[in-house]
Amino acid sequence: MITQIAFYLFSTVLLLAAAGVIFARNPVHSVLLLILCFFNAAGLMLILGAEFIAMIMVIVYVGAVAVLFLFVVMMLDVNFAQLRAGFIKMLPVGLAVGGVLLAQLIFVINAWPHLLASPHVPIPNPADINNTAALGQVLYTNYFYVFQMSGLVLLVAMIGAIVLTQRHRSDTRRQSVAAQTQRTAVDTIHMVNASVGAGVEIPGDVR
Amino acid sequence: MEIAVVFLPLIAAMVAGFGRKIVGARGAEIITTATLGLCAAMAIALFYQYAALGQTSMIPVLGWINSGNLHLSWALRFDVLTAVMVLVVTSVSAMVHLYSIGYMHEDPSRAKFMSYLSLFTFMMLMLVTADNFVQMFFGWEGVGLASYLLIGFYNHKPSANDAAMKAFIVNRVGDFGFVLGIFTVFALFATLQFTEVFNAAGAMHSARLFYLFGMPFDAITLACVLLFIGAVGKSAQLGLHTWLPDAMEGPTPVSALIHAATMVTAGVFMLVRISPLLDLAPVARNIIVVVGALTAFVGAAIAFAQFDIKKVIAYSTMSQLGYMVFAAGATAYGAAIFHLFTHAFFKALLFLGAGAVIHAMHHEQDMRNYGGLWKKLPITYVLMWIGTLALLGFPPFAGYFSKDMILEAEFAGINGFDQFAFWIGTLAAFMTATYSSKVMFMTFHGRPRYDLDHAHDIHEAPLTMLIPLFVLAAGALLSGWLAYDYFVGEHHALFWEGVIQPKSELILDAAEHDPLWVKLAPTLAGLCGLALGWLCYVKEPDLPAWFARKFAFFNRIIENKFYFDKVYGVVFASGAPLVGKLLWRYGDQGVIDKFGPDGAAQASSFLGARLSKLQTGYLYHYAFVMLTALVLLIAWLLFGTRMGA
Amino acid sequence: MIPAGLSVEHFLIVAAALFTMGVLGVFINRKNIIVILMAIEMMLLAVNMNFVAFSAQLHDLTGQVFVMFTLTVAAAEAAIGLAILVIYFRRLGNIEVDDANQMKG
Repeated sequence: MITQIAFYLFSTVLLLAAAGVIFARNPVHSVLLLILCFFNAAGLMLILGAEFIAMIMVIVYVGAVAVLFLFVVMMLDVNFAQLRAGFIKMLPVGLAVGGVLLAQLIFVINAWPHLLASPHVPIPNPADINNTAALGQVLYTNYFYVFQMSGLVLLVAMIGAIVLTQRHRSDTRRQSVAAQTQRTAVDTIHMVNASVGAGVEIPGDVR
Repeated sequence: MEIAVVFLPLIAAMVAGFGRKIVGARGAEIITTATLGLCAAMAIALFYQYAALGQTSMIPVLGWINSGNLHLSWALRFDVLTAVMVLVVTSVSAMVHLYSIGYMHEDPSRAKFMSYLSLFTFMMLMLVTADNFVQMFFGWEGVGLASYLLIGFYNHKPSANDAAMKAFIVNRVGDFGFVLGIFTVFALFATLQFTEVFNAAGAMHSARLFYLFGMPFDAITLACVLLFIGAVGKSAQLGLHTWLPDAMEGPTPVSALIHAATMVTAGVFMLVRISPLLDLAPVARNIIVVVGALTAFVGAAIAFAQFDIKKVIAYSTMSQLGYMVFAAGATAYGAAIFHLFTHAFFKALLFLGAGAVIHAMHHEQDMRNYGGLWKKLPITYVLMWIGTLALLGFPPFAGYFSKDMILEAEFAGINGFDQFAFWIGTLAAFMTATYSSKVMFMTFHGRPRYDLDHAHDIHEAPLTMLIPLFVLAAGALLSGWLAYDYFVGEHHALFWEGVIQPKSELILDAAEHDPLWVKLAPTLAGLCGLALGWLCYVKEPDLPAWFARKFAFFNRIIENKFYFDKVYGVVFASGAPLVGKLLWRYGDQGVIDKFGPDGAAQASSFLGARLSKLQTGYLYHYAFVMLTALVLLIAWLLFGTRMGA
Repeated sequence: MIPAGLSVEHFLIVAAALFTMGVLGVFINRKNIIVILMAIEMMLLAVNMNFVAFSAQLHDLTGQVFVMFTLTVAAAEAAIGLAILVIYFRRLGNIEVDDANQMKG
């Protein structure tokens, strides 16, 4: 009973918040509503008994991704977007198509034959071992390679983000290996005939 | 020996043509002329064997086509007709070869010329010794080729090149009819060999019908008419005659050989060769008679307005060919071949004599610049008179016998067409006499109209040119009188046995019984013409101009050659490219290209331009499209393949 | 373990609705690009919910393991997407959706 009420509460707020993300005018509001979405989704997952997933979702999605979104929204000079004319024009068609999609999905869900439960990795009795431990037992043994792979993915993402957003400072010296190896005598040595006692004019392009 | 007589000229042509660097010009001349002389001698022997002794033989040379029903082989057929033709061809050709040595001795490519002459002789011999239609067609086309090469021999002159092309193309039109005739014969008889065809034709009990474009024609008539169209082209009959006067662009020996004695007579030869078929097609024969008669008249009429000596003789040839053709049309085949025989001699004589005059006058051909030449060129003068009198049909010259025979046979003909031909022929004889005497009087008589400063250069032709003239003059004198009995006289049935069906020669017998005025009419007409010519060109030189003014309308028609060239020029020469242009512009470009390549290209670029508008650049448009596609796909999966329900 | 009174369809329908919202967010919005990225995150969230729902229904831990990985990937993709957005902003000076039409063909 409680669970049912909880379910309906969570799902309603979830869907309303999702609508809010799209239709909110202030982008900061969009991000905050997205955070609300995440929380409610975590609640739904709790109802399903996947508490580790729910908590991880809160930590990662809300704590990292949504904060990142907030950073970017704050950093970029995002204006309050005026409601455009195209928005109104696009809305009915879009809603219609979206509605059709939803209807189809629901149709499929209802018409799909229920599969027999023949689990690959059966969920152990929660009284014996909690969800986190159970996941841990599987993750580092059966799915070890995939686990490492996801680590690599994160590494690549990190490097990618750094490389993409890097700004070159003009006053830092950096090394260009290609230019170094292609250097010839013409670029480096400048022969000057100096008479005894007279100085040499240093040409300007020497650093 | 038969094979030698046919193939030796080919070998001589090859040697003189391809080996002219080795043997030199002199060598080429000697080789070809000697070979032809040898062939002429052999021809005399063969004539004795086949004509006098009346043998017939078929000499196979090589197998050729064996395909389904069609079995052809290269074979030489020798009989009376062949022997006569071979004699004519080789003797006239030998004389022309000898003559050319003198006439062309300044020309740098005379070795090529001699080889072309020999090549032509070979082709003509192939034509007359052919055993089947296709071999005859080979010779037919070959002489056309040789004619093209020879007419266009002075290939630095654009007019010569044009004339050569005109000759070949107009002949081609006739050849098209000829080929269709061959097809008809094959469709009828399933064979193309002469003896088999004639036997099968004779054995036909009822007339067979042939359906062309859905209309029924009597088959043999159709075949004969189509074959006759070939003769119209080759023998310069009315309609396809336009090439003959222009062919005078070639050197004079060419005109003598090809356009007087041999090639143009190939059509007549062919008609006599298919005489068994013609006997069965009276309608075709009537057409032939009419065409021949009209040709005779038109040729003579146009000759009046010509001032180029060679052109007059050319139109005269056209006229005489008309005589031969309408004789064949009236089934007087012997008379046709007889006239062919005599005509070869005196016409070649006239041409070569004209050549001597042209040579003496340093290639001046306009008779208005001649005059009073009999003092300078006496031998030529006498020989030309012999030729002219033979042409006019004066006894005892050769033309009298043959031309009279034709006209008498026409008069004895049973239907109106033959009578028409008789009157036209007599009128043409009168006209022939007039313009021939015009040639003689304008050239040789009267006061000199040429530049007197060059008068001392005019001299008789060298001996190499005169000897052929003598030989041909002998032929013009004697051939009619000697051969009369055999060709058309008492022994004609025996002479022509195997070639001409006996019943078809009845007309010659009937001609014996013509009234006296008929037999004298051609001679009378000749005399009148001669008198008129003397009057116009010697006594009263202003008379022709007065005639021209009085009958200005007719004069204009004649001067424009009855407008044949103009009409052909507009209808075919301009018309064909016009039709082509219309079809190209509206048919090809307008329809095919528009719906084909151009249309496709335009359509694709048009579509591309429209489709590129879909690429708006906005991501959400793309996402929307993807979503829509996804929705549709799911809908199809659910409801189309009955997966859901 | 799906509690009594509820069935897997409930959760799946909720996830479907969330997914649809995310899809709509991609192309209805005309405001700025950040909303698009947020919509993508919503879609991934819906997918994760699907996985967990099925995992509960089939008594199979594999679904939850997979959620771990999609979570990882979603985080990585959000980071990179925002990095690109930052450079894009440096270039153009704004993140209007209508100005992002470089792919116009």
